[in-house]
This record gives sequence, structure tokens and C-alpha cells, in this order.
Amino acid sequence: MTSRSGTGVADRVTSGIRDRVGDSTTRPDGAQKTRGEFAFSSDLWMDAMLWGKTLRSPHVAARIRSIDTSPALAMPGVRAIVSAADVPGRPTFGLETPDQPVFASEVVRYHGEPVAAVAADHPEAARAAALAIVVEYEPLDPLVDPEAAISAPPIHPDGNVFRHLVIRHGDTGATGDVVVEGAYEVGMQDQAFLGPESGLAVPAEDGGVDLYVATQWLHVDRDQIAASLGLPVDRVRLYLAGVGGAFGGREDVSLQIHLCMLALRTGRPVKMVYSRDESFFGHVHRHPARMWYRHHATRDGDLVKVEARIVIDGGAYLSSSNAVISNAVCFGPGPYRIPNALIEGYAVRTNNPPCGAMRGFGAVQACYGHEAQMDKLAAALAMDPVELRLRNALERYDRLVTGQLLTGAVPVREVIRAAASHPLPPTPDPAGPMMALPGGAGATADPAHVRRGVGFAVSMKNIAYSEGFDDFATARLRLEAGVDGEPIAVVTIATAEVGQGFVTLAQQIVREELGIDRVVLGPASTVDVGSAGSSSASRQTWMSGGALQLSCVTLRSELVMRAAELWECATAQCIFDEVGVVRVATGERLSVQDLLAPAPLETEQEYHHRPTKALDADGQGDAHLSFMFAAHRAVVDVDPELGLLRVVQIATGQDVGKAINPVQVTGQIEGGIAQGIGLAVMEEIVVTEGKVRNPSFTDYLLPTILDMPDVLATVIEEPEPGAPYGAKGVGEPPTISSGPAVLAAIRDATGLPVTRAPVRPEDIALVWDQGTGKASRA
Amino acid sequence: MPPEGEVPVDTAGETGAPAESPAYVQADRYELEVNGTRETVEDAWLGETLLFVLRERLGLPGSKNACEQGECGSCSVLLDGVVVCACLVLAVDAIGSHIQTVEGLTASADVTDIQSALVASGGVQCGFCTPGFVVAVHELLRRSPDADEMEVREALSGNLCRCTGYGRILEAVRDVQRSRAQSSTGQTLSGRPFGEQSFGAQSFGGSGDVA
Amino acid sequence: MRVAPVALPTTVDEAVEALTEAPGAQLLAGGTDFCVEVNFGLRRPPAVVALRRVRELRRYEVSDSKLVIGAGTTYTDMGSGELAAALPALAAAARTVGSPQIRNAGTLGGNIATASPAGDTLPLLAALDASVTLRGPGGERTVALSDVVTGVKRTSILAEEVVVDVVVDRRPGPQQFLKVGTRNAMVIAIASAAVVVDVEARQVRVALGSVAPVPLRATEAERHIADAIDWSAAGGARVTDSALARFAELVAAAASPITDHRSTAEYRRRAVQVIARRALERCVSRAA
Repeated sequence: MTSRSGTGVADRVTSGIRDRVGDSTTRPDGAQKTRGEFAFSSDLWMDAMLWGKTLRSPHVAARIRSIDTSPALAMPGVRAIVSAADVPGRPTFGLETPDQPVFASEVVRYHGEPVAAVAADHPEAARAAALAIVVEYEPLDPLVDPEAAISAPPIHPDGNVFRHLVIRHGDTGATGDVVVEGAYEVGMQDQAFLGPESGLAVPAEDGGVDLYVATQWLHVDRDQIAASLGLPVDRVRLYLAGVGGAFGGREDVSLQIHLCMLALRTGRPVKMVYSRDESFFGHVHRHPARMWYRHHATRDGDLVKVEARIVIDGGAYLSSSNAVISNAVCFGPGPYRIPNALIEGYAVRTNNPPCGAMRGFGAVQACYGHEAQMDKLAAALAMDPVELRLRNALERYDRLVTGQLLTGAVPVREVIRAAASHPLPPTPDPAGPMMALPGGAGATADPAHVRRGVGFAVSMKNIAYSEGFDDFATARLRLEAGVDGEPIAVVTIATAEVGQGFVTLAQQIVREELGIDRVVLGPASTVDVGSAGSSSASRQTWMSGGALQLSCVTLRSELVMRAAELWECATAQCIFDEVGVVRVATGERLSVQDLLAPAPLETEQEYHHRPTKALDADGQGDAHLSFMFAAHRAVVDVDPELGLLRVVQIATGQDVGKAINPVQVTGQIEGGIAQGIGLAVMEEIVVTEGKVRNPSFTDYLLPTILDMPDVLATVIEEPEPGAPYGAKGVGEPPTISSGPAVLAAIRDATGLPVTRAPVRPEDIALVWDQGTGKASRA
Repeated sequence: MPPEGEVPVDTAGETGAPAESPAYVQADRYELEVNGTRETVEDAWLGETLLFVLRERLGLPGSKNACEQGECGSCSVLLDGVVVCACLVLAVDAIGSHIQTVEGLTASADVTDIQSALVASGGVQCGFCTPGFVVAVHELLRRSPDADEMEVREALSGNLCRCTGYGRILEAVRDVQRSRAQSSTGQTLSGRPFGEQSFGAQSFGGSGDVA
Repeated sequence: MRVAPVALPTTVDEAVEALTEAPGAQLLAGGTDFCVEVNFGLRRPPAVVALRRVRELRRYEVSDSKLVIGAGTTYTDMGSGELAAALPALAAAARTVGSPQIRNAGTLGGNIATASPAGDTLPLLAALDASVTLRGPGGERTVALSDVVTGVKRTSILAEEVVVDVVVDRRPGPQQFLKVGTRNAMVIAIASAAVVVDVEARQVRVALGSVAPVPLRATEAERHIADAIDWSAAGGARVTDSALARFAELVAAAASPITDHRSTAEYRRRAVQVIARRALERCVSRAA
């Protein structure tokens, strides 16, 4: 159930065109997906194809003494084996810096690092062959403590500190009369997209390769693959295969280079599909974080200063750790007016699993810290936690701790009030089903054992990339007459559809701008069009939407020019009203169909957003394009004796600028909240001395439908200046403050500090005094 | 005589059974009955699951491979009318049974009311979990058309979705229950698995299908 | 790849025959454990004997004195109908297993043969002193469950034997099964407890799961509480809070849990203490 508030939408012209900007258009690939006919990357098949399988290191850190592939090559059905020595071009890859080996050569630096890959006739043959490869390892002592990593001997030539940055804002020596301090920890979450890493590589006659793969950014994959294959980029062609979810886990290269190497080596198509347990080793995870905060405030509750130190563990390779720590630090204090700040962040290298992008990207971890602090401060001030947040909420024309002036829509108070205004759920019915209580099917609780808590959290996040990155998206648009004369718009854009629904928005945008009902999306690839950038950072609506809108506007004026030529008048005397072009003075009209009859129209547009700046040595600079704000209120039932819990309801207010597709926005909100709840109470990659202990869905628990609460959502539409349609991104905010709200509710229910996510049953039960029925230590 | 309880087994398994059950088969060549069609499986290997055979040998990749250990439900199929994970069925153990996959629910381009409700409510994002949900929801509403919300949630508790947060999926189920209850013909899905068209098959073209 | 035979017997005797004819052949029932191991590459059987078509394994008999449950009974079967009415704690346990998909396929015999310390049917069966009927080439034998499940994923079932059924005596009185997991569905038990109150024999039976290599009877706790219960109280068996607390302590002391990636020994011990107490509280009334 979603309600909307904010400024109204423009009046509709009576063209009869449905499914435009603002409508809940159904997605064009939906029917195919429900019939099981949508081709995901693991569904691909080609005659004579081979199967690939990766050999991974069982050690966390080790020297590789030797690799002997001969026993494996001798096995029936084995066609090729590749390893580090076979990489033709650049031996490393990486999103920010290519610091990660395609295959480990002298040393492995994390549990599961790829060492070799096999191509064979049958997946079972490939699997058996991979196991038959003899690798001599000399295990090393792993570096697994992120704090120690800062000054430990380097485990990589680039050193152990990926990035250290400091924000000094205002008077870093300022103090307040009321001071609260706390240490917080967030564990390692996994994106756990359901579609496993998979793809099909086909060697081409020109000596290049065609790769069909599920990914978030085709062109950046292509560039890394080409570099490692030693091929020019135009001979490495990527086609987007159906993507079964991403959430940041597909931004980094996983199997792409391995697969292309096997295809080129064997001269045959090669398919590879990671198993679920392999998937846990095959992609980056969310950075675990340790945070310390100290908040200063006046007795009236105005924030004076925030101090923080945040350390994120990037694991063995860089990935996007530099950007993640930047976010964590920039958004460290949350969406509040902070006159003075001293915030320090470290992203470090360890032998733990590599970490990188996951929905929320540093702002999630920080939110657990800053929202716990706001509750602590509220308690110290004897103030209502919501009141404290409202009092300090950012407004337009405030400055962030980076010094950046907020010039866009900043409806922080609105989202807070919206979340708070939803009715609370009824108290549990004592005669209701036991399944509805904490413990679920395990039937462990009776109503008398359950306490209910309510918690609140607010968050902010940037849209798109930052610190001077020249982000852009490219779109090609062609308008032509169909066989029946009716106009068709053909969109060619490399935007990775990962489930978020950009394919739907693309159609809505063209209909909105041009009034053309039939909009066809060509397949996304690197061949026909330039980069659309990554499907991440909540940026595609703005960037790819912007590129497409720009293309539409361009062709719209070309349609007007055609009409003006025909009428032999000035273009200024004609307007486009989406049913066609009207000659104002005479009322003459030419339809889009008429205007396309002589010849199609085509354009390719590259859309850039306004430039952002780097952060200086004090962490000051206009580093971000725009910001999103959201608030969440969680109601959680807790059985403190057992530490089991159930999230009953999440209410939220989210700042979206403009809901281009309200149903899809609701889907993003609910889906993001599910992931936020997951991190709060059940999802963690358990790593001991660098070893992943739970690489399966048996022990890495995702929320099921029985774990999902009711969601009441209010969408705030205050148009963002400069954004296409005034629309902000919507994907990340629901994942950011939903989890901290759940923790706040658990604190409310139990009186326990609960400083770590995910909360484990023992975190509650073992400090709960059964005799007194409350926390045995506050 | 003490009462003897015979656990009811779907009798649909009886009607299409071969004249004599084979006591032994070779793992590399056998027949399976899928969506009402007899399919021959050749050059197979004993350890292949039904999911693998459907996807990689029989050209039916609709059932998905998100975990292959029974923890996600993306491979849900009907085996003799009962919903199971195809990744946990050894393909040879499905000999003589009626297998129905998501592809068998409708004829070619049609969609059932459940399928179209899932799309309309926003219950499909990446779509990887969708076939599993489609099969599970069809079976649930056939067995228990008036299931309340808790029963619906329990019946779908074996189907993971990572994109939607389940809210839109639940709404789709509610919508279907409501419109089926209101339908004057009062049809229900018979669940007969021989490739028959299911209830409410309607054609949904759409403007601008993804090429 | 070698071609392997697959046997699809329709009777128990055919299944036994198939096992003896193909040495190394493995039994396949619901596949919910078997296929996971195959998919992970941990199991590579040379031959398979599939039990799904053996209808006689999927029967149960309910009499006044005992219950005989066929090994092919699925968790879904256990969760409803006459069987569930006769053994509500078994139904409760079955309802916590996996997902509906798993429950439709997984069987009682499989749960026993897999012998996981977290096997969900095992605590209740152990509490009832269940016995297991096994049939092999030499005929049938009946073995106490505690002698069948001998260690972590270890049983005394011989290679050519088929689990035919499980027999339990009927115990008049309330029974409960509680299971602790960190998610509301599809969880491996972190700790579980089955409690059976036999009002006729004036006994309490308590078995714990996931806190020992095999299901564990908390015999000292059982003795203490049986003595402490006022069996002839007007409203039914009645017990004081302090007796309950002592009972719970004894249950916790009986457990020998480990720390693993799922939970800690300390938490598991606390969990069985809490759920054993709550299970018993549901079965008895409280003294003033």
C-alpha cells in the first residue's frame, strides 16, 4: 500500500496515449518471465558448447609453488585448462584500479580465489577435472584484522590501506554540553542475487569473442576483458543476457575473463554457471564495518559536533572500496545539520573475502552508527527520538559536512513525518496463529513471552557517482514507420536491466515525449551503442532516462523542422503537442506518422550530469550530484528469553522526486526493505580466520515471505531540479535506514544496547535476565 | 481390525502409468513424461537431477537453478500434482510420473490469471524466482482456493525472492482469489497435468515487447 | 561416464533384492538429503534403488496401543489427518521442516537414515522410545531408535537393509515440540525439544535435538519433574514454578552442545533450557 503526496503532475493532453511517465505501466518482459520463457544468462545454450568450471583456492593466504594440470588434461572430455600463465594481456583487472589477478599466480590472498579454469564436455567432467588439477600451496598466516591491517606488513604491492580520508568541517574542537559515544559493528552481507553468475562465450572469426553475460555495466566489463585478452575493444563484444538480480554484486568482473579465455583457447562456445556455494566466493560482498561515534549537542537538542571513525574491511582486492569509504564518511552523521565535524575513514586490505558494491554502498553501515547515536542522544536529552531528528533535520540551503550546499529537494522532515504518521499495527491477538509470533513455525513463543518495540531511523544517500567522476549514459533512438504506417520508436541503449524495471521506464519516457505508442527496445550490447554506465548508485532513471529523454527531445525538434519545411514556415511557428506538429497560426496539423513517411529519424545522444568535484584534504568539496532521503519506522516483536524476533511492520517515507512508475517504486521500496531487514536480523557471511563458513542458502539466510512484515509506504514527490522529470533514484534508500530502524525497535523492546547487525539470538538471550524479565546489564 | 490409514496419493499418477512398471532402467537412456509429452533422455548420467535434465536436455529452462539444494524454490515443478524442488529429484526417479513445469501451464503465448496478476501487481522484477512462484501459487489455489494470508505465506515460504520483498506477490494472489471468487463460471484450476489449458487463459499482447 | 542401473521397485522385497544385486547401490527416498549431496559432488552412487513407488512404505496404522508409521510417509503426510491427531508433536515437528516443497518429498525413513543431529522428527521419536523395523535379505528385525541412530550422520542400518516403518507406543497425554531457528521458515534447528507427558504412566519424557550427536533424553530432568508433578490434581497434572525452573536447569545440564557457524554452545544450552520449560508449561497446569 503506497500513498503519495507532493506536487501534482502535469495535465495530460488528450492524445489517448497510456503508459506514460507517472503511470504504473506493466513491464514489457513480465509475461515472458511468468511463462519461464525469458532467457537468463544461465539458460543460454549453443550447439557444440563446452562447460567451464573454476578451480578455487581452499586456502585464505598461501604461496602457490606449482600448478600441474596434466592429470586433469588427461581425463575424458576435458578440452582445455587455463591459469595465470595463459592470460594473454593484462594479468589483473579491477573497477577502480586493476589490482586483482585474473588467476592467482604467485600467491592467493582470499578463500576461494580463482587459480585455474577448465572447459569440458559435461559439467560433471569439468568439475572432476578441476579437482584433479594438482596445486602445491604453501599456506601463509592470513591478515584478518582490519584494524591491524592499517600498520601490518603489506599483503599486496599496493599496500594495505586502500584509502584514508578525513572530513574536517567547521570547528573540529567544538564541544557540546551533552555528549554520547558508542561503538557499532555491521557484518558482511551478501547480495545473494538469485540468478547465479553465468554466461556463454563464443569465439568469433575475427579472433575476438562474443560474450553473453549477466552484468551491471557492459562497457566496463568489456574494457577489462579486452585488456586481459590483449584484444582491441571492438573485438570483444558483450551482449546482456537476462540478469537474475544484481544489487551491486555484478559490478565487478567474476567469470567473464575466464570464460572468454576458455572459448578462445578451445575455439568452441563455452558456458559457465556458478553453483550457489561458488557464487558466495565468486563476487564481492558488502563491507563489514566497525564504527566509533561521538555526538555533541546543546541541552536543547541541537547537534554541535559529530566525531566518527569508520573502518571498512575491503578484503583482498580494491574493487570499489575507495568510493564506499567515501560514502560512509560523507554520510557518516546522517541527514542532519552538523555545524562541526571530524570524521575519519579507512578502507583496508585484508585476506578476508573481497568486498565492494552493495545497495546502499557505505551509507548503510554509517546509518547503523548515526541512528543508534541519535537514539542515545535522545535518551540523554530525555527527548522523543523523532522530535530530535525533526529538530536537526537538513533543509534546502543547508551545508553538508563536506561543505556542499544543498540546492535540490531536501524533504527530510517530510519523510520523517510521513513514516511516523502511519498507524501502528494492532497488538498481537493472543488467540492468533503461533506462526505470527517470534519463532514462527518452531512454535517457541507464547504471547506472554513477547515484547513489542518501535524504532525509528532516517538516512541519506547520494545519487550516481561522485568526486568528479564524469558519469554519462548514451542512447540511440530511431523513429520509423512500421509496415502498417504506424510510427515505431526503436530504442538502443546499453542499460543493464537487472530487474529494476528500466525497460518499462524507457517505454514510458518515449511515450511521454513523443506520443508514440509502439516502443521497441533492442538488445543491450556494446556493439551498437556507447556506454550507459552502471546499473547502480540509483542512477539509471536519471542518467539513462536522461539520455533517452535527450534523444526524444532531439528528434522532436527534428519532427518540427520537417513540418516547418513542408509548410515553408519558421519552426518557431510550429509546436509539437504529441499528437503531432501544429502550425499555430493556421491550425494545420501533421501527425508523427505523416512526418515519418518520407524517411526515418535517428539520433544518438550522450547525457552527462553537471560536474562534481573531488574532496580536498579536509574532505570538503561539491562531491555529489544529488541526494535521496528516507525514513523508516519499525515495529518488532521480541522474545527476549530466546532472542528470537519478528518484524511486524515497517512504515516509510521516501523522497523520490517523481514516481515515474508508482508500482515499480513500491516494488523497489518493499524489496529494499527486505534486504534491510535481512542485514538487521539474519544475513551474515560468517568468516573465521578468513574462511567463509556458510556459503549456502542453508546457512546464509534470506528473509522468506514468512519473515516479511507489512510495509506502509508514503512516497514524497518534490521534484529535483535538474533531474529528468524531477525524478531521483529509488533503489537504495529503502535498504539503508530500514535495518537501523529494526535495531532501534529491538532496543526499545528489550532495553539492550544492541550495537551490532545482524542481531543474533545470543546477543539478546544471553544478556537477558530471566528472573527479572529485563536486561541483566543495560 | 485397527483402522489403517492410507495416506492419499494423487491418483493422477495411476491413469497414465505404463502397462508394466520397469523394475530396472539404465541411467543413460530413459523416458520422462513432461507437460503431457513423452520425452526421451539420452546419454545422461545417473547423478543428473530432474532440474538439470529439464533445463539442459529437454529444452525447458523455465525452472531455475538459483541454489540447487532445495533452499529457494526457484526450481518448483509439479510431480504427480505435488509441488517439489526439481533439483532434489533424481531425473531417473521421475520415470513413470507426471511432471509439469511452468512451461506446461499454458499453451504458447497465453498467460493464466495468476501469471497476469503477478505482472500487473508489480510482482515480477528480475523474474528469476517467478516461475517457481507461478507453479507454487497455481498448486496452492487449486488445493486451497480460499487460503487466508497466513496459509498463503506458509505455502510460499519455500520460494525466495530477492527483488520484490513479496508484497506485490501477495497482492497478486489476493487479486486472483478475489476475481476467481467473483467469476460467474466459478471455475477452478483442475490441476490435470496433461498440457491442458488452465483456467482463465487469456492473450496478453503488449505494446513494445522487448525485442 | 559409466552407465549405472537404477531400480524402481514397487515393494519392499523388490527393494531389498535390488540392494543385494547391486553392491554399493544407494537408497533414494525423497531425495532431500541425497540430491543435495549429489549436487555438491559429495555423493557419487554407482547405482540407485528408488523407494518412491513402494506404496506399502507410505502407510500408517493407528491403534489404541501403538502407532506404526511407514518409512515413506512424507512430512506433509505427518502434518495433517489422523496421524497428526494421534501424534501432534510429530505433526508440529514435520511442519517445521524445510519448505512445503521439501515436506512434500522428504520422508520419515530418510530423516532416520540421514541421522542428522538436527533431524526434526528424531527428538519426538526418541522421547517415545520408538523402534525401527528394518528388512534385509535375511528378514526383518526391530531395533530401538537409539540403537539405530548411533552418531552424527551414522546409523547401524546395514547396506542391504531398508527402513520399513517406525513403531511407537501411544502415550495418553499432551505432547509438544519446539524448535529454535533464526528465521520463520526453512531453518535447520539450532536447538529443539520434544516433551511428552504420559498421564497414565505418570511419566514425563524429554528429548533434545541439535545439542548432542544424537537425540538426547534428559533422564535426570524427566525423573525430577515426574516426582514433582502433582498427578492427581483436580485440573490435571500440576507443578510449581520452582520445580519447573529446576527441571529446566537439569535439561540444560544434560545437553552437550557445540559451537559452530550456526550458533554457540552457550546459546544452545540456554535455548533448550527455555524451550523445554515452555514445552512442559503447555502440558501441565501451574500450582499457585
